[in-house]
Amino acid sequence: MLKPVPSDLAHLRQHIATLDGSLHASGALPFGVDAIDRHLPGGGLALGAVHEIAGRDGGGVDAAAAALFAAGIAARTHGQILWCVTQSDLFAPGLAQVGLTPDRVIYVEARDEKSVLACCEEGLRHGGVTAVVGEVAKLSMMVSRRLQLAAEAFGTLGLIVRRWKQERGAADYGQPTAATTRWRISATPSAPLPVAGIGRARWHLELLRCKGGHSAEFDVEACDGKTCLALAAPLVHRPAQASDAQLRAAS
Amino acid sequence: MHSCAPPPEGPLILKGTDGRRRVVVAVDRAARQAGLYPGMALTKAQALVAGLAIHDADPKADRDGLERLAQWALRTFSPLVAVDPPDGLVMDVTGAAHLKGGEAALLDGLIQALAAQGIEARAALAGTWGAAHALARFGPGSSVITAPGEEDKCLPGLPIAALRLPGDTVHSLSLLGFQIVGDLAAQPRAPLVHRFGPDIARRLDQLFGRLNEPLDPVHLPDITEVTRVFAEPIGAPETLARYTGKLTAQICDRLDSKNLGATQLDLMFHRVDNRIEAVRIGMARPVRDAARLTRLLCDRLETVDPGFGVERMRLVATGAEPLALAQSSTLDTPGDTAGAGLSSLIDTLSNRIGAERIYRLSPAESDVPERCAHRLSPLAIENTQADIWPQHWPRPVRLFARPEPITTLGLLPDYPPRAFTWRGARHQVIAADGPERIFGEWWKRDPEIHAVRDYFRVETEAGARYWLFRSGDGEGHRTGTRGWFMHGVFA
Repeated sequence: MLKPVPSDLAHLRQHIATLDGSLHASGALPFGVDAIDRHLPGGGLALGAVHEIAGRDGGGVDAAAAALFAAGIAARTHGQILWCVTQSDLFAPGLAQVGLTPDRVIYVEARDEKSVLACCEEGLRHGGVTAVVGEVAKLSMMVSRRLQLAAEAFGTLGLIVRRWKQERGAADYGQPTAATTRWRISATPSAPLPVAGIGRARWHLELLRCKGGHSAEFDVEACDGKTCLALAAPLVHRPAQASDAQLRAAS
Repeated sequence: MHSCAPPPEGPLILKGTDGRRRVVVAVDRAARQAGLYPGMALTKAQALVAGLAIHDADPKADRDGLERLAQWALRTFSPLVAVDPPDGLVMDVTGAAHLKGGEAALLDGLIQALAAQGIEARAALAGTWGAAHALARFGPGSSVITAPGEEDKCLPGLPIAALRLPGDTVHSLSLLGFQIVGDLAAQPRAPLVHRFGPDIARRLDQLFGRLNEPLDPVHLPDITEVTRVFAEPIGAPETLARYTGKLTAQICDRLDSKNLGATQLDLMFHRVDNRIEAVRIGMARPVRDAARLTRLLCDRLETVDPGFGVERMRLVATGAEPLALAQSSTLDTPGDTAGAGLSSLIDTLSNRIGAERIYRLSPAESDVPERCAHRLSPLAIENTQADIWPQHWPRPVRLFARPEPITTLGLLPDYPPRAFTWRGARHQVIAADGPERIFGEWWKRDPEIHAVRDYFRVETEAGARYWLFRSGDGEGHRTGTRGWFMHGVFA
């Protein structure tokens, strides 16, 4: 009997992974945090795919966290970003502080959500931008499928930030879409400081859905100037004070 | 300046003849204030105002000037422009308003652009030529826009003169006691037609949109255009799209032979009922790529109503700029250059939602958060480095366009609030950073000479982080009201 060569096996595994969607042809964008990257097939957020991000409360503070999370991811790609919104309440200096400099972002202010999604699809299909961010309340299965196909075909990263005003939006977020991963973010109290003031922001990050992977939860520290997340102290089994001391020493 | 030019502040009139009478044809603002009006006898005007500057009216030159103005408007504002002599232009802006950011913006832009050329204009936008003509001349303001369906309310109150009838008909009607359009419209038609001919009924129907009134648009000389005439009228969307593609390929060949690229294309559909439907697309940079132009045009085809069929299609390059052949390399990676790769995406999006809705934010030299960025065209490669934005002070992700007032509990003058109520919910503050003092820009705006804002970053017990500020320095009333405001949300 012929013994299979190990390299053939690896090749076959990779081929199967591409077929079942757990590995993307365009590669992946690692977060640089091992605990998160381990959970994602391909070792990072799949490029050439659509990802959904929402804050826990949809409209207020957590939605800002969702936008910043998206900005942090988009900033780690190398190229121009298209950011489609219906209301322009983004504050560019805030985005610049997580590494998304103004020379890289093109804002599109559409009249309604339908045209936001159309512009997103156009951006994903074009291939000239490396990431497209769209802010909408509703995302239907059909539209998300279109976006996903466009993203796959051109290897562009699509990020849909879901924000809503009414409670109904939260129920909508439970509806299935064709997005590859789905995240939910809530802001949690920041890292304690020995002096008065506010430490580095912390988020509770829930990976609700992940194609070819399992859902998971993480406690992280928010994006910094180099767009990197970091694990919050409790998850790495260290006393909070010690980790903060180390962080300060490192900074 | 011409040696015989009249002094600009003195009254000026133009004279002409009406039969054997010598009459005033046109008056300027100073002359109107002196009580002169078009149509009065010249001798009477001379008797009323001393030192009156009188020139001969030149209707032919006026007509030529109007024609030139129409050509300018055709290039700038709308694919369908016709002259409406003696003193008007009429445009069909159906397929073109999106490029100027909507109908109101188009009308404002038009009035401003004419004012820049020294022409004081009034404009109106309505559902029919007749209504727009009437409202521009007799409407309430210098710029009037009527919503569809609203015309029936505002048109009947207009004077008879708004109906584009000959002067003697208007005069006879006023002798009969008709003052406004509504009076005339309420009358039975037959006696009016019997006495004045069919004109009144026709003008009334045109005014209210019951009768179609085709435009005879002006043409631009020396322009690249291609036409296709159909033996049988076409109307199916896919047929229109197919011939759009064929015409685009033809015009690209023409442009190629002239070394030009199109920056603006008008596609006109001449319908069998003499109406012209038009579509206009604009490009950020000159383009000669047939596939790309076809796509941009076909995106707009859904706005075209072919009616009973289209018998002729015309594609005109109303804007064209030199476009040399550029060398391309397979080593170019998409997204590498901000300009070349992106301009097609920008074109597609701006033709869909309007060019002013796509922008970059560039840092502006201002510490006031609302003014620290200004919008640039997406293809502008300016110094967009973020260096002048503060790095050491955290900035929120979302900023409210208007700071929202909150009620707070806290110590004055320098402490952050201990608790605040925002949008009906009470938040307990557990940590805060600040204050960051931002002064008003007294060197630009006088009212801000003493203005001060103290910004605080606060964290509530739920873990939410907000950007609050207190108006004023907390001591004197001169620097602000001491009210607290919510201005942004941190992640």
